[in-house]
Amino acid sequence: MGVTVRVQEEDFDPQAEQDALTADRTDVGAVATFTGLCRSEGESLSALELEHYPGMAESQIEAAATRAADRFTVDALLVIHRYGKIAPGERIVFVAATSRHRDAAFDACRYVMDYLKTDAPFWKKEHRVDGSEGGWVDAKDADDAAKERWE
Amino acid sequence: MAVKLLYFAWLRERIGVPEETVELPESVTDVTTLLDWLATRGEGYAYALESPEIVRVALDQQLVHQSAQIGEPREIALFPPMTGG
Repeated sequence: MGVTVRVQEEDFDPQAEQDALTADRTDVGAVATFTGLCRSEGESLSALELEHYPGMAESQIEAAATRAADRFTVDALLVIHRYGKIAPGERIVFVAATSRHRDAAFDACRYVMDYLKTDAPFWKKEHRVDGSEGGWVDAKDADDAAKERWE
Repeated sequence: MAVKLLYFAWLRERIGVPEETVELPESVTDVTTLLDWLATRGEGYAYALESPEIVRVALDQQLVHQSAQIGEPREIALFPPMTGG
């Protein structure tokens, strides 16, 4: 079982990341992945700018990923989260879990995403198409509820 | 006690600096008294901390409740509810 967390500005290649997790493995029966993308919110946004707390961002994601890996018996769990300016359609976050059977991989991905939303120190600022500065994205009660169902 | 304070997102914008080192007065013992004291340091601070109950606080990168004692951390971070993912 291995947990890997990367917080980075640059984009990533989901297929290459997935392939690396399963290369030369014959005991892995399932890979579940989740990719989160930036939305334009009805063509109104030109970008989201993600700010993060270096150090704590990594440690909070690692804590959630390690709990998920233990709880669901996954083989490997990879989480990549970007920061900086991200345009609509571009990737923001990626979670990949490998396991012998599908349930553990699905559950681990979902668990990590649900905790990451509320516990990892990232904040999103909107940049509008008309050039004006948008506001900071508010935290959602629905995200707190999503996390609580694992408790 | 000198401690590094870090501010993120709209707290950083309202206060006007991303970080600073301050000498905490003896009246600051827990998170609540820290936020009360910071709010008196100027207009930007007062604006940033107008709703202190929604501010999240981390002592040496560990999230704490507002009733938590400050102790002797190297850094204290203040930020809004997180919106990652």
